[in-house]
Order: sequence, then structure tokens, then C-alpha cells
Amino acid sequence: MREFAFSLVLMLIAHCAAAFEIEDHRWFGADNASQTVTILSTADIRFFAPMIESFLATNPAVAVDYTVASSTEVMRAIHAERRPFDLVISSAMDLQTKLANDGFVQRHEPDGAHVMADWAVWNDMVFAFTQEAAAIVLSNKVFEDLAVPRSRQELIALLRENPDLFRGKVGTYDIRQSGLGYLFATQDTRASDTYWRLTEVMGGLDAKLYCCSSDMIDAVEDGTLAVAYNVLQSYAINRQDTGRFTVVLPSDFSTVMLRSVVIPNNAPTVEMARLFLDHMLGQAFGPTGNAALGQSALDQRNEASLHRIRLGPGLLVFLDQLKKRAFLQEWTNAILQP
Amino acid sequence: MTPPVAQGSIRRRLLLLLLLVSAAMAVLLYFVVQSVAQQVAQDSQDNILAASARSVMDGARSVEGSISVDLPYSALSMLDSVTDERVFYAVWLGPEFLTGYRDLPRPPLRDQSTMAFASREFLGEQVRIVSVGRPFAVHEGQVLVEVSVAQTLSGQRQTLTEISHMALAIGAGFFAISAILALLVARSTIRPLDLLTASVARRGPKDLRPVSAPVPHEMVPLVASLNTLMQRLEASLARSEDFIAEAAHRVRTPLAIVRTKAEIIQRSVTKAENRAALREMIHAIDDSSRTAGQLLDHAMVAFRLDNLAQETIDLSALVQDSVERLRPISEIKDITLMVTASDAATIKGDSILLQSALHNLLDNAVKYSPAGSRVEVALRCGDFGPRIDVRDTGAGFADLDLERLTGRFERGTNSSGIVGSGLGLTIAKDVIEAHGGQLRIGNNPKGGACASLLFPWS
Repeated sequence: MREFAFSLVLMLIAHCAAAFEIEDHRWFGADNASQTVTILSTADIRFFAPMIESFLATNPAVAVDYTVASSTEVMRAIHAERRPFDLVISSAMDLQTKLANDGFVQRHEPDGAHVMADWAVWNDMVFAFTQEAAAIVLSNKVFEDLAVPRSRQELIALLRENPDLFRGKVGTYDIRQSGLGYLFATQDTRASDTYWRLTEVMGGLDAKLYCCSSDMIDAVEDGTLAVAYNVLQSYAINRQDTGRFTVVLPSDFSTVMLRSVVIPNNAPTVEMARLFLDHMLGQAFGPTGNAALGQSALDQRNEASLHRIRLGPGLLVFLDQLKKRAFLQEWTNAILQP
Repeated sequence: MTPPVAQGSIRRRLLLLLLLVSAAMAVLLYFVVQSVAQQVAQDSQDNILAASARSVMDGARSVEGSISVDLPYSALSMLDSVTDERVFYAVWLGPEFLTGYRDLPRPPLRDQSTMAFASREFLGEQVRIVSVGRPFAVHEGQVLVEVSVAQTLSGQRQTLTEISHMALAIGAGFFAISAILALLVARSTIRPLDLLTASVARRGPKDLRPVSAPVPHEMVPLVASLNTLMQRLEASLARSEDFIAEAAHRVRTPLAIVRTKAEIIQRSVTKAENRAALREMIHAIDDSSRTAGQLLDHAMVAFRLDNLAQETIDLSALVQDSVERLRPISEIKDITLMVTASDAATIKGDSILLQSALHNLLDNAVKYSPAGSRVEVALRCGDFGPRIDVRDTGAGFADLDLERLTGRFERGTNSSGIVGSGLGLTIAKDVIEAHGGQLRIGNNPKGGACASLLFPWS
């Protein structure tokens, strides 16, 4: 049985790999569990494991099949290929909203035990369970002698004043690949024009482009990068114990992303999906909720400078084919300077 | 008298009609509010959709002869501001699809610069769609840019549910208030009728005066007929009473003459059989003249009852007086007539009538008692008022049906062979009832009849 289940998982992975691209996969809980929750997620296993483990502690008969993919791949798996998953977790709020808006998602009546914030639910379909800010990560080695910039303006000034120091050592998301990077970029432009100026400055310094936050943090840690812009603060804080970098939330405004979860229409075990979803919301909003998902760091900050991205159809605007093409064009022109 | 046949009730019918009307109005109100609300909710959603579509259209511009559309962020986010809605849009350049949802149904535009609305189903949910069009100049000439924006109806549905509940509450409240008003209206409409009924019912049995209290216009014919009827009745009653009194009076005088003559003849007649025949004749004449006398009495009573005097009467004096008046007759029959109790009591009333009543009772007692017996009269003041009891030791009443015995010319079943008209108890009853009291008859445990006049305290 165990072998069979394992080979089944392997087959599934192999099958999936044929279409959408999987980054990671892990099976939580007993191999012979009577029921399985299948989750497709953009969150790193390391980041999400506490949530699964607390769920398994109260539901020992259930196993969790956790698959990690990039937000674009998640979108492809659900929207284009209609893969059956019980839950879809993504940091790309716009794509989650589009899934819901386009009718790929079923409604869920959350367990009334915990009070959810208004901004955390859209249409009873999309449920936010963390809020995570985009941060600037600075290499401590490079910034030994330099004043740490507290805002985008200070960062722009710093980069302009020290082009030789930073050439080839600034990095940010490749928003053509990363759904989250695209979301951060588009929301930054809504909040302020400084994003375009910063992008142009970074483009002028031969910015390196990354698919994901972890890679950017790795690059800062190993000294490849001096500055990484729009890195997920929660990921960075998780790895700050190395003492090699500083995490800065820009004081002019901090774009805050809501990591959200949806139940697809074709979820194979809907009851399990609802159970797990309620568990997630309990962790996020209930009195026993843990702070492992990076919320505590945000709570201390002034709400006024938080630019929390609102769930809703507004997010569809930057997914518009024409709009996206134009935006990417403009961005590419700014970041890839000849 | 047969009781009137009741068929339906004006009050109930009125109430039912009013309630039916209010129920109909309440239901109508509910639907009117509902439909107006639906219209308003629809209109407000249409307005927002139209604003959204126009703002998308504003993002369309002609750049170097080709059309580009820059979707404004607010165009879609505005549709989600109150309730969470799914939102769809499509931009078409003539027949060419530019961006958005290709399958979104587009309500056909009537001409190039108007807008059109439609309700359709899209991606599993009911949506409201607006299309707006605007002509643009391009290289090839003019082309129509058409923007369609659609929105799910959860907000509209929520508003409608709220308004529907409110409309229901309004309808129910309206009905409740109308029901209370209907009750009041029915009662107040029927009130003059109730008043008339009460005023007629309150009247004494001999009160035949016309109804003079003001009545509503609609009831005037009824009251007029009633008054006419009573007037005729009164006239007819008066006529017959007059006739009887007149007849009795006319009969009595000749009878008295005939009796006197008969007595004179009786004294001069020597033959025994003739004497006996004359005695029978005198007896018969006595009978007739007593009847005539009582008829006159009755007529007098009837007349006096109509205008009852309210003088203060000493009942013990009245009893004494009546007894003394009847004593000669009782002594002829060797009957002991005695007053056994005489408490002090005064009442208000007509002494002549009361005397007549008591006289009739005493007369009956003496008449129906055998020679040598006793008739006792007692005046006592009980807890409920003065009462006069007249007891004899005669045969008693064979039956105690007061209604029948006090009917005019009714006589007891065991009264044959005794002179009487059958008017005595009638007179006594009429008089005592006119004074607010009552006549009671019964038999003594040791034999003999007992008739009592019960007075109220006055």
C-alpha cells in the first residue's frame, strides 16, 4: 500500500511535470491516511510546514499532499489545465482573484468562530490568511560604511551616488516570470511614481532579475547582490539569523500582499478542503493564531504607510492583455537598458 | 312571540369587507414597493456599470491611427466598492476583439453613440451587462469601439432582499393598522343602531312614545316607520281601553237598576221556586257588575300607569285601609280578616293603584276562602324591601303559572262556581311591576294560597 501510494504520487508528479512546472513536493502525515488534502501552493514548504503540522496535530487521520509551483504555473495548472486540487494557495492576489472571477472557484462559508477582517475575504471565494510586505534587503557587508536607506528616495539617491559600488549588484523580480513580482510592481506604480525612477536607476546599474524571493535572499547572503528590491519580508525575516543582511520596510509606503487561498470548483475532497481552510483562517484570525506567518512584524508598523493591496476586480486590470503587454514593455525598456 | 331570525351581521360583514380591502391594499403595497425597489436597484446598478464602461472608453485613444485601450484601475474596482461582485469586460474594435472576455455577451447597440443594457448568464452566474460605443477615426476611416462591462447581481440581490423584508414589514404594519381602524370603523358605524336598540329595549312595556333621539340619515325611514307603528299601536290600545271602560260603565248602571228591581221583586215574591230563580238572577247580575267594575278598574289602572304618580305612601296605613274596606264583605262570609304584622314602611308611588292591587288580592282571598276561615295580611320589611303577604286557607292555586294566571280573563282551573272576572291578578301584577316590584304567588304548606307584593326600597 505504502509503495503503491508513493508510486502514485510519483506518477502524479511525473504527470503534472509534463504540463505545469513543479518546484517542490512533499507528503505530510501517514502514508495510509484515509483522506488526503491536495494543496497547490506558491509558498515554500519550509514557510508553510507549521500550518500543515498544526492541522495534522488535530486531524491525525488526514494526510496533506503539498505541491509548490510558481504563481504563473499555479495559474496555468488551474485555469488552463483544470488540475484537481483541494486548495490553491498563492501570493499572486490578482491571479487568485481572476480564478474566482472567472468561475473556477467555489464559495465557502467560513466557520463563524473567528472574526475575519473585511479586507481578508472577497466574494466568499478568496480568503487571505497572511499579510506580507515587500521589503528591501541590504547586504550588511556592503552597507558597513553606508547609511541604511529608509525610503525609496533615499535608495535612489544612494544608487545614483555610488554607481560603481552597486553596478551589477542590485536585484529585483523578473516580473515577466513572477506573478508576485508583477503584482508588486503594478501596485507600486499605483502608489507612487518613484517606482519608475527606481526601476530606471536599477536598469542603469545592470540589475539582475530573479524568479523568486528566496533566490534574491540567497544572492544577498552570498554577496552576489548588495540590494534586493521587493523581497518578501516574511521570507527574509525567517533567514535573518545569519546576520548577513538587513531588512528594510520603506517608510514612504510599503506594499502589503495578502497571501490567499481558494477552493477550486473541481476539488476532489471538498469537505477536507473546507476543514483545512477553516483551520488556516483559525490560525490567521483566531485567538490561538500563531505569528509564524509574518504578521507580527507588520502589526508594529504604522497602518498609514501600509499600502495593503485590496482584493477585488481592480486586480484584473493589470491582467488585461493590452494593459499587461504595455506595462511589461515599459518595464523592460526601463530595466534592460542597452 | 317568535324571536326574529338572525341572518348575517352588519358589523361582521362590514369588518370582513374592510379587512379584505386592507389585505388587498397591503399585498398591492408590497408588490408596488418591491417593483419600485427592483427598478431603483436596477437603475443604480446600471448607472455604476455605465460609469465603469465610460471610464474604460475614456482609456481608449487613437495613437498614430490605431486604437489602444488603457484600462483605468478604477473602472473595475468601482464595481466592487459596496459588495463583492464578479466583474467582466470586453473591448471590441468593430468586428475585432481587443481585450477582456471574448465570450461576454454584448447587448446590441441601437446606434453608435448610445448604450444598451441586458441581463444574461455568464460563467455560471446571472450578470447585468452594459455596452457603450464610440466611433473613432483611424486610417481606414471610422471604426466603432465597443466596451461591454458586466457585473454579478449579489449587491442588487442583497439590496432587494433587504427592501423585500422592509416591504413585507410595511405591508404587515399597514394591514395591522387597517385592521384596527376597520374594527373601530365597524363599531362606530353600527353604534347608532346599538343606541337605538338600547333605547327601545330600555322602555317599559307600556311606553309607546315615538323615538325622538336624533338618528343618522340612513336610519330615519326605519325610525319613522317604527314611530308610526307605535303611534298606531298606542291609538288602537287607547281606543280599545276606552271602549271597554265605556262599555263597562254603560253596562254597570243598568245592571244596578236591574239588581235593585230584582231585590224588590224578590221581597214581594212568596213562591219558593220564584225566589230561588230571582236569587240566581241577582247572583248573575252581581257577577256581571263585578266584572264591569274590574274592567273599569283595569282601564283606570292602565290609564294611571301611563302617568305614574310619585307620592309618598305609608304602606301600613294602606294595608289597614284596604282591610277595613273589605271587612263588611268578609264578615258577611264569616271570614276573619286580620292584619298579623304591620312594620312601618313608606314607598313612592300611586296610592290609588296600590290600593286597587291590594284590594284585588284581598278580594280574591276572601272570595276563594270557605266560610269561617281566616285571611291573614302581613306587612314586613325584609332585607330586599317591604312585602305584603296575603294568606288564605282556601283551595290554593291549582297551578302556579303566574304568566298564565295574570293573563287577562284567565282564571284558575279550580275556580269554577265562584264569581270572578280573571282580572284581579292582572291588575295586581301590572301595578306592582309599574312600581318596580313583583308579584309572587304560591301555596301555604298547610293549604291555602299566598299572594305577595314585593316592593323595592325607594
